[in-house]
Amino acid sequence: MILNQFLILAAVLFCIGIYGVLVRRNGVLVLMSIELMLNAVNLNLIAFSAYLKDTSGQIFVLFVITIAAAEVGVGLAIILLLFRNFRSPDLDQAQQLKG
Amino acid sequence: MKVHWDLHALAPLVAVTVTIVVVLIADFFFEYRERFKTYQLAAFGTLAALIPIITLARDGGTRSLFGGAFVVDTYTLAFQGFFLIVAYVTLLISVDHIGEGDYYQGEFYVLVLTSTLGMMIMAGARDLITIFVALEMISIPTFVLAGWRKHDTRSNEAAVKYFIIGVLSSAVMLYGISMVYGLSGSTSLSGIAEYAGSAGTPALLSIAIFLTIVGFAFKISAVPFHFWAPDTYDGAPIPVTAFLSVASKAGGFVALLNVIFFGFYASHTSWQPIIWVLAALSMTVGNLVAIRQTSIVRMLAYSSIAQGGFMLVPFAVAGVGSSKHASFEAVIVYILIYGAMNLGMFACVIAAMRRTQSDEISSFGGMSKYSPILAVMTSAFLFSLAGIPPLAGWFAKFVMFRSVLDAGTTPAVILGVIAALNSVIAFFYYAGVARAIWFRETPEGIDLRPLKTPFALNAAIAITGSFVLIVGIYPQVIARLGELAGAAL
Repeated sequence: MILNQFLILAAVLFCIGIYGVLVRRNGVLVLMSIELMLNAVNLNLIAFSAYLKDTSGQIFVLFVITIAAAEVGVGLAIILLLFRNFRSPDLDQAQQLKG
Repeated sequence: MKVHWDLHALAPLVAVTVTIVVVLIADFFFEYRERFKTYQLAAFGTLAALIPIITLARDGGTRSLFGGAFVVDTYTLAFQGFFLIVAYVTLLISVDHIGEGDYYQGEFYVLVLTSTLGMMIMAGARDLITIFVALEMISIPTFVLAGWRKHDTRSNEAAVKYFIIGVLSSAVMLYGISMVYGLSGSTSLSGIAEYAGSAGTPALLSIAIFLTIVGFAFKISAVPFHFWAPDTYDGAPIPVTAFLSVASKAGGFVALLNVIFFGFYASHTSWQPIIWVLAALSMTVGNLVAIRQTSIVRMLAYSSIAQGGFMLVPFAVAGVGSSKHASFEAVIVYILIYGAMNLGMFACVIAAMRRTQSDEISSFGGMSKYSPILAVMTSAFLFSLAGIPPLAGWFAKFVMFRSVLDAGTTPAVILGVIAALNSVIAFFYYAGVARAIWFRETPEGIDLRPLKTPFALNAAIAITGSFVLIVGIYPQVIARLGELAGAAL
């Protein structure tokens, strides 16, 4: 059973996702990058689950998929709100509060 | 495996779930003017859910459900009760603010209760899947709550920042969890504890633990993962800020308690240094930045980051075998006391802002002239946060320092010194607000007639205030509770 290839693929996907979140300014693309990170986690879990012949990893994936859908639902609503007030999905506009 | 449904153990969760559904449906049927009734339903349900917690506590014993994924013991019950009371006080402080501000009411209470339900599940979660689901159940409703003022761009910004950081941290934490699962072959914390005990600390496990803790560090806004917190606290409606800084933060800490004390404990060489750094940075940065703030909400945001640092101190010294129990109890006691005093502080700020209409500390000048009682209570909460006897805050600091001394190692003592220095720094900015309230002139344009605060807000201040005073004078009460809860370890 090959495991390494899956883990490397997941690590690469995860890094692409982090890069997207940090660099992209378009809210929708940031959401997609987060999806990429969560899917990297799913790949990891499924690969381990198959390797260990243990089903709990696959059950975990089902929960991750469901919750990712809920997160994106709320995220799109928030970005829509931003779009209505600023007329663009660009996250950099939200900069009135200074950390 | 025979599935055993212990309905008594699930009764508090069922009660809150039923309340959520009832409030959601009832909201459709009430006229616009009657919307405050949804608040009454929500408050009633929250208090009703406390009844099964009391009966469960009287029964005692440990109830393990769903193959050990959800456990009801004294520790779980203590936190479930705490979260319900916090939710109730949050409802009390939000009802007038939300009602007068022309916000959507029914949905607001539903979301607060949903988040509370997540926290109650978190208290009993002993499996990574349950912990993940509970953590998301805490977070997702609060993303919506932070952006509750739809047309206010500041509220939008608070929601966007909180959302992006929240999901990013979940993804990082999940990546760590997936590696923990791959190494240990189990999602249950007891299985992971077994693996951590036998395997020593392989490098990959250290990385996995690091990623998991970084994920939690975002949730509890520990420095250097704190930058979202001041902006989110500032932009969100203030009752939501109170809920975030107390309940949501406590939820994150309970998750960290579960994962570290029930799961990763044996690999303390990998998690202890990370938490040491987080604790030292959170205390120092939180306090130093808080001094410079002119807005009370931002000051409280940084103060809550610093308090989070104090709460992390017992974790950072827990690895020494003899101090495991003392640290566990110290964190529990600190969370309970912090919850009461911070909620009380926010209730006072909300009450005072009904008059000042501004969150600048300077606008609070001369509060003692128009509302002496509120001024006394605000000062009490400020001094409690600073840790001055006879208010509850001193006992929280005391158990924290006791856990450091129990451990007695060099890193522990250094951290204790940092914590002591920070307690002194913190006193300055808390006392600064108290000075403004009592000795500064009232700013132009502030009405000097006595301030009338709504009944619900007074009740919230009275509940938290009496807790802070009683625990400060008779700390045995909370110490006993901490002991009982700590016995579950």
